[in-house]
Formats: sequence, C-alpha cells, structure tokens
Amino acid sequence: MKKSIMTTTALAALFMAGGMAAQAQEVRFMCYSDGNECEVYDDVLTRFEAENPGIDVIVDVVPYQAILENLPVQLAAGSGPDIAKVTDLGGLHEYYLDLAPYVDRDYWEASFGGTLDWYRGGAGDDGLYGLHSQLTITGAYINRTLFDQAGVDVPGADATWEDWAAASRAVAEATGTQFPMAMDRSGHRIAGPAISYGAQLFDEDGNPILVDEGFTNYVRQFVEWNQDGTMARDVWAGQGGSTYQDAAQEFVNGELVYYYSGSWQVSRFDRDIGDFFDWQVVGSPCGDGGCTGMPGGAGIVGFSQTQHPEAVAAVIDYLAQEDVYAEVTARTRNIPAHAAVAAAGVEYEDTSPQAAAALNAWAAQVPNISPIAYAYQGYAGNRAMFGITVQRVTQAIVGELTVDEAMDRAVSDLADAMAETQ
Amino acid sequence: MGKIVEFMTRTRGGGKMDWTDWLTYCYLVLGILLMFGPVIWLVLSSFKTEADLQRFPPRFLPYAQETVMVDGYEDPLPLFQITAGEYEGRTLAQLRRVGLVAQMIDPADPETRLRVDISNREPLEHLSLAVENYTGLFERFNFLRFLWNSTFITVMATVIMLLVNSMAAFALSKYKFRGRMTVLAIVIGTLMIPQTVVLVPLFLITQQLGMLNSLWGVIIPGAATPTGVFLLRQYMITIPDEILDAARMDKASEWKIFWRIILPLSAPAIAVLAILAIMWRWNDFLWPLIVLSQTENFTLQLALNSFQGELNTEWSSLLAMTVLTLLPIALVFMFLQKYIATGIASTGGK
Amino acid sequence: MLSILSPIMRIIEIPLQALQRRFGIQRLAWAFLLPNLVLFGLFAFLPIILNVIYALTGGDNVLLGDRPFVGMQNFQTLGACSNYLDPNTCTKDLFWRAVWNTVWFVTLQVGFMVGFALLTALVLNRDIRARGFFRGVFFFPVLLSPVVVALIWKWILQRNGVLNAGLEAMGYDSFAWLVDRGWAFTWSVFLSVWAHMGFYTLILLAGLQAIPRDVYEAALMDRASPWRSFTKITLPLLSPTLLVVLVLALIKSVQVFEEVFAFTGGGPGSATTFMIQFIYQTGFAGAPRLFGLAAAASILLALVLVLLTALQLWANRRNVDG
Repeated sequence: MKKSIMTTTALAALFMAGGMAAQAQEVRFMCYSDGNECEVYDDVLTRFEAENPGIDVIVDVVPYQAILENLPVQLAAGSGPDIAKVTDLGGLHEYYLDLAPYVDRDYWEASFGGTLDWYRGGAGDDGLYGLHSQLTITGAYINRTLFDQAGVDVPGADATWEDWAAASRAVAEATGTQFPMAMDRSGHRIAGPAISYGAQLFDEDGNPILVDEGFTNYVRQFVEWNQDGTMARDVWAGQGGSTYQDAAQEFVNGELVYYYSGSWQVSRFDRDIGDFFDWQVVGSPCGDGGCTGMPGGAGIVGFSQTQHPEAVAAVIDYLAQEDVYAEVTARTRNIPAHAAVAAAGVEYEDTSPQAAAALNAWAAQVPNISPIAYAYQGYAGNRAMFGITVQRVTQAIVGELTVDEAMDRAVSDLADAMAETQ
Repeated sequence: MGKIVEFMTRTRGGGKMDWTDWLTYCYLVLGILLMFGPVIWLVLSSFKTEADLQRFPPRFLPYAQETVMVDGYEDPLPLFQITAGEYEGRTLAQLRRVGLVAQMIDPADPETRLRVDISNREPLEHLSLAVENYTGLFERFNFLRFLWNSTFITVMATVIMLLVNSMAAFALSKYKFRGRMTVLAIVIGTLMIPQTVVLVPLFLITQQLGMLNSLWGVIIPGAATPTGVFLLRQYMITIPDEILDAARMDKASEWKIFWRIILPLSAPAIAVLAILAIMWRWNDFLWPLIVLSQTENFTLQLALNSFQGELNTEWSSLLAMTVLTLLPIALVFMFLQKYIATGIASTGGK
Repeated sequence: MLSILSPIMRIIEIPLQALQRRFGIQRLAWAFLLPNLVLFGLFAFLPIILNVIYALTGGDNVLLGDRPFVGMQNFQTLGACSNYLDPNTCTKDLFWRAVWNTVWFVTLQVGFMVGFALLTALVLNRDIRARGFFRGVFFFPVLLSPVVVALIWKWILQRNGVLNAGLEAMGYDSFAWLVDRGWAFTWSVFLSVWAHMGFYTLILLAGLQAIPRDVYEAALMDRASPWRSFTKITLPLLSPTLLVVLVLALIKSVQVFEEVFAFTGGGPGSATTFMIQFIYQTGFAGAPRLFGLAAAASILLALVLVLLTALQLWANRRNVDG
C-alpha cells in the first residue's frame, strides 16, 4: 500500500516536471456578460488555444459589480486578472498593458481609430491599450404600434425633444398607455440630450465643468417632465445613489411610448417583445447642440502586472482580427467599432428583420455623435461625473433640492472629486 | 380591556376556547400569511416565463400559451381564441402580426390565410411550469463545483468558528485573569463595526496573507466574528462553577473540562451559533465577490449572480436563482428548527 | 462524530496540560483565548486600526503608503454644517441626510420590532397547539439573506406587483410604492422588522418561559388584575431579556444596509440612504473612492454605537440598583 502511494507520487512528480517543460502560460480573462458575450469569447478563444498550444486562456465570468467595484481595488493592490472586459475605459488607464510592442500598430490604428483614445492617458499618449469590443450608442426606441393606433405621425429625424414629448403625450393619451416617455437612470444616458441642448461639459482648456447653461436647461426640462408625468417617474425617482435602473420592462410590456436607452437593448427587445408590437429605433432628438447620443460600450484590456504580456497581447490581438471581430459582433449582436467590419456590414445571426433593421439604424446614428460626446466618453473621470449627475438630478426630481441647488451641489461635488484625485 | 390583558399575561392553562384564544389564532394565521406568503409567491413566480412575469395583473399560477404544429411551418404556432368579428368562436393559429392586424390560419385548413384584428383575439393558455428558468441556470455553469465550494466554505468556516469561539468564550466566562475585561470590551467594541465598512483594509490584509483567490480567504476572516464569542459567553456564564470545581477535584485537566463538560453543556447555544454561522457563510456575497475572482473558486451565490450584466437583468433567472440559494437554508432550518428554538431561548434569556 | 474527534482532542490535551502545570489554571485562559485573538486581531481589530489611519489620510489611493496625511480634515469636512438639523446647509449634505434618516429609521424600527416581537412572544407563550410550528413560522425570515428579503418585497411592491393587483381588484388605484419618499421609507422599516423580528421573538419567548408559573398563581390568588400582573410581574422579570434584545436590536438597526440597499437603492433621492450605505458608496462603490472620508464616517458611527450601548447598560444598572 505504502509503496503504491510512493509510486503514484513519483509519477505525479514526473508528470509535473514534464508539464513544466512545455509550461502553458495561463491567462485569466475576467469577463461579464450583458447577453452572451462571455460564452462567445470562450468559444472563440478555444480556437485560439488550439492554434497557440502554449497559451491557456481561462474566461472567468463575474457579475458586473465585480468589474465595476472590486477590480479597481484589486488592481491598485497589485492583484487581479491578466485581461478583463471593462467599461471604465479611461479610469483604469494606469493599470493597462501597452499592446503596441506586440501587435501591428498600423492595423490597429486603421481599424479602431477613434476608440483607441478612450483608453489613453491623455494627449501625447499613443499607446494601444484596449480593444473596443462592444460599441454602443444611446438613443430612443418607440412603440410604433401605439403611434399607429393613436394615429399620431412619427416625428421626423430633425424633431426636437419638445416635439417628441408632445407626440408621446398625444399617443399615450389616445391609447391609454401608462407612460409617454422614459430614460434609463444613468449619467451616461442623460449626457447625450444635455449636449443636444448645448451643454459643453468641458471648458476651453479641456477641464471638466459639467454644469453650464445648456446642461441646466436640459436638467430643468427633464425634472419638469418627470414631475408632470411626461417621463416615467419610477425610473429615476425609484432609486437612490447612483444605482442604474432601466425601463426596458415597461417598454416590453407596451406601457411606454418612447424609451431613451441604447443600442444594447435590441436583442432583448427582439426576444421579449416578439410579436407583441412593432418597435423602431429613432435615434436622438435634436436641440441647439445637435442630435447627439453618447457613444460607449465595453473594451477588452490587458493589465501591466501580468506575468505573460506577450500571451495577453496575442489573445487580444486575436480578438481584434477582422474575421474574428466580425464573427463575435454578429454572434453577440453588437455594433462594430472596427472600421473594416463596420464598412463591410455585419450579418447578424438569428435575428428577426425588425432587429436587423434596428441594429443598422443604430449604426447609421454614429455620424450624428457630437465631438463633445466623444470627449466625454473618453474622459478618465467621467464615472465620477455620471454619478454626480444621477445623484443630484434625482434629488431635484423628488424635491429634496431645487434644480438650481442641485446644480450648485453638482459643481461642488465635482470640485471635491477633482481635488481628491489630483 | 381586562380580557385583552388577561390574554397577554396568560401562560399555559387548560380550558375551552374563549374569544382570546380565537384572537390568538387569528394573530397566528395572519403571521403565517405575512411570513410565508411572500416566500410562496416568490417560488410560484420563479416558475413563470419572462412574458408571464411581466403580466399585469399577475396571476397566481404559471401559464404558457398553447401552440400547435401545422404542416408547412417549422416552428409551433401560437393558438388564439377569436372573441369577436367574422371568425368569432374559432380557434386559430397565428402566423405573424403586422401592425394592428394578425395573419392567422385554421390548423385544420392551413392553406387559407385569415386577417384578424388583434383586439379580437385572446391567447389560449394552459398551466405550465417554466422549468427552463432553472435548467437554464444549470446549463450556464458547473453547478456541482460551485455547490461544493459553497459547502466547503460553509462547513469549514462554521467548524473553525465554533471551536475557536467556544474556547474564547470559555476563557472569558470561567477564568478570572487580568485583562479579561479588556478583551471582553474589545470583543463587544468590534461588534459595533460591520464588515461592510472595513472592506478595503480587510482586503489588503487578506492579500498580504496570500489568501486571495483561495477558499481560505473567505473561511478564515469569516471565522473571526465577535457575535459568536459574545453569545457563547453569555450562555457559559450560567453554567455553575461547582461543576468545574468538582471536576478539578477529580484531577481533570482544563482542556478535558472544556471538552467533556463545558461543550456538551453548551450544546444549545452552540447549535444556535452553528445555524447562524451556516446562514451567514452561505448567504455571503460581498466578501467572496472581492476575494474570489476565478471561476473555479466561485461560490454558488457568486456563480448565480455572474450573469448579471451592466445593462440587463432578467426577473425569470433572478427569481429562479433566489429560490435555488434559498433551498439549502430551508432544509437546514427544517432539520434544526427544534434546536434553534431551545438554543436561542437559552442564550438570550440570561 | 465524537469518536472521531476524541483522539484529536487528546492530542491537543498534551501541550495544554504541560502549560497548565507550568503556569497554573487561571493563566491557562490565555491559551484558550489565543486562536481567537489571532484571528480576531488580524481580521477584525487590525482592519479597524487601519481604518483609523485611512480616516487621517486623503486622496484616492488604496495603499496607505501613497496617501498623504491630512489630520482631522476628513472629520472637519463631515462636520462642516451651519445647521445640523438642515442637511442642505452642510458641506456633505448626503452624510447628514444619511444621519437623520438613520436616526428616524432606528427609532421606528427598534420600536416596532421590539413591540411586535414582545406581542408575538406573548402569543406564543399561551397554551396553543403546534407551538413549535408557529415559532418556526415567525423565525423563518431570519434565515433569508438580505438580498433575498429585498427581492421578495420588491417583487411584491413593484408597480406591476401583486399588492397593486390586489388594490385594483378592490377598486383602488395602483400606487408606485417605492417612488414615494414616505412610503419607501415606511416599507423599508416594515421589511426590516419582517426580516429580523423572529430572532428577538425567540429570545423574549425564552425569557417569558423562564418566569416561574407560581408567581402568576400567587398574583391570581391576590385577585390582581391581569394588566397589573403584566406590568408588575411580567415586565420587571422580563427586563434583563428586554435589555439584551434592545442592545442587539439597536446595534443591528444602526448598521442597516444590505437589505434596504437592495430594496430601494437608497432612494427615492436619498430618502432611504443610511449611514452604512453612505460609507459603502463613498469609500467603495463610488467614483472617485474617498476612503478617508468613508473611514472617518465609520469611526463616528462606531463611537455613537459605543455611546448608545454604554448608556443602555448604565441605565439598566441604575434600574437594578435602584
């Protein structure tokens, strides 16, 4: 008995030694899913592993909360994964691995142009840090069937927020629908409309100011709409802090005429609404500052504390290749950030004509995006600004503060945040 | 008035049912409704499809729409009862819906397409458990692995905590040594600071000890709760010192006194603490989420939450997930509820 | 089980016996305390000490070495108020909103919870059938995780929830319960009482059952009214138990966080934002992470709790003495 144990141990040791010789580099990929993203990555990366026997990629699927709250603390303490799918693109910049030494710079710059800046530390930084895997655009959906039932004309592409509010109210009244409009509870969502109203968000030197006349005007309008029932009050007023809240359920139920959210809702609507009613993407309404939504999304980054920078770069570069990127985009039903993939058009898998039309309608919105919106999305401190916006605007909606008080608080919150991070 | 008060003071005594007894039972029935009702509603809801969940007003039991296979169509078609108009009273299958009009066919006569106003049709439904809410969860991940991790953490943390805490409680309740009050004060003092507010320092310490991404990183910090020491001490104080003295006369070592006398006598209190510890560790989410970031170490709570994305939450999966994590606790409760009662009774009462 | 553990216990006995011979019985206590003190020191006490250091430093760096010393600045920022009763006049208005919300919450929650727990204990102490079952019924919610508790009630109270369906069936309008500040707060208190009442009920029930029956019988002989025997016998004899219940309930109530956070997210606005949520969001979940400010707030919180507990114990001692 004792002898057999000895033999097993010796054998195991031998295997270990053998394993050491051709040691696989283990790469940890911390991933979160809005739909099926992590499954698709896992599947695609299996092929990568077959092509690169030395690299073993393990996809750890975690709750989004772990990416948002825990990952930064882990990184700051010097631990954490090798690769992650993140959304605080600029905020985590200091931990990124520069992929430039390992990949084809020309290909990356030609393919990902604009989005590369979102991951960079500022002007003069030309590193390649992140693969923008999931481009999103904020904008609105309408319940087309309700419009038809009410006999109200759908406002055109240059319609303003007021036009849409009037039309939505008319539809809701005629059809007995509970809510005319709703917007996700998020500082990112409200930024697009605010920019359309003339908000600049940054001063001439590029320092964040958040509040200016245009911003205040939109907030005032938004608060008023929340109070008079034009906007579904539940969404913003039903939460506290900077907690995210959407109104997708109300829209799916047909209780909502006009829903300002973003491109990521397409596959959910396609699945959950099915045959219940017709829905349509209408993009962002217009104002003095344009008709802009906010770009956004998630990206895949490597971290500089990794033991295997080359393997990490190889994995990310693999996902950046045109055919792989196109496949992942099609399977996850996202909008491509890859120039060539976008130009060629994506053939989405298993989508209804309605959803395919919606995805293409979103892609068509990209040119409308204001440069301010791009700058805001790329600004490293934007998460703080989003949080402040949501917190203070909600307080104005529920009546804890007046709009002016709320805006004053937002300004001082921003100043505090800037002082602490410098 | 007198009767009400009598009802409040009466202890066990015989007699027939008078109205105070009725009042008592009314209160108890109300209690059942209020305490169990919500949980039962949750369990029932977890068997509904996403579409059924979003229905208002909600229905008590889960339903699904009837479908029928028709020649010439790959997928089963949903069935509707026509309530008004030209085809009133017929049961038709829907092909598709365009705007306010549905294209329907009679399953017996698939060739003829009929146009029906959508307000004139009602879906045909039957009772059906949406088991896919659950099976979907199992397909997403390696359930057994996570169940094992959760069980291992819960069992180990509970055992370690019970042993270490009961030793400390023994020392604090049965010895008179210098520094006793200081230790006790520190224990009670730390009771005032919940783990949530020291997450960052705790994380740094755990990292320095090399316990990140290891189940021990969840087990060991979890074993250091002041509540356990406090509860056990309160109980052990009530054990008469004479028993210890008698044992010492018989030349029993202190460890033997602890092991052979104190522990068995404290069984009810230990049972309570065991149940509380099982519950705490099993339900733990925030701390494991920070310590464990690699899938093979995930607990059930983490795994079940891992599909919560930034932008979307599905009620159907969420409810099914909740019921799943609730089950083991409910089982522990059923088996141990007798001990819970007597145990808490004897701990707190002193 | 015991037979497996016995040999292990005997092995542990050997070094302990040696220690006992060397140092004597009373000082052996430290040997029993040691394992707990090590764990406790590392994972409960040390974090609190580090927290104090965080409170005295600024910036948003996690590592203590990178954080500049700022002295009492974090405390001053928290305390900068021209009128403490009006959070709008404070620099950190959200902190003071959280403070006042917590004060209200604790008052109402502890009051209702102890009241209902006492009533339930009195009911369960009567001569009823299936007492074990009913005891279990009231205790059951204690076992649910805070997130589950929140989810259950959110599911019931949501706009399309079963409560509104019931209201509409009875001819009333449905109501957005968690969008109204007052109602969201009320439901938070309710949910918290619902989830924790069972624990205190059992403790009080035990206290009631420990009261000897013959005391009541004597009272009955004296024709004391039931109300009199409740106030003159039950309450005084129950008071040590009530004290334990009050202290524990108070500490837990001030620390309210997870269930309400999962329930309302602290809203509407900041109507149900309590101390721990403020600390959690300032120091951990928000952007930027102000660890110093959060740590300072947590120290203030702990001080208040220590003070409250000491006050209660002192009041009790006076009662007993007097």
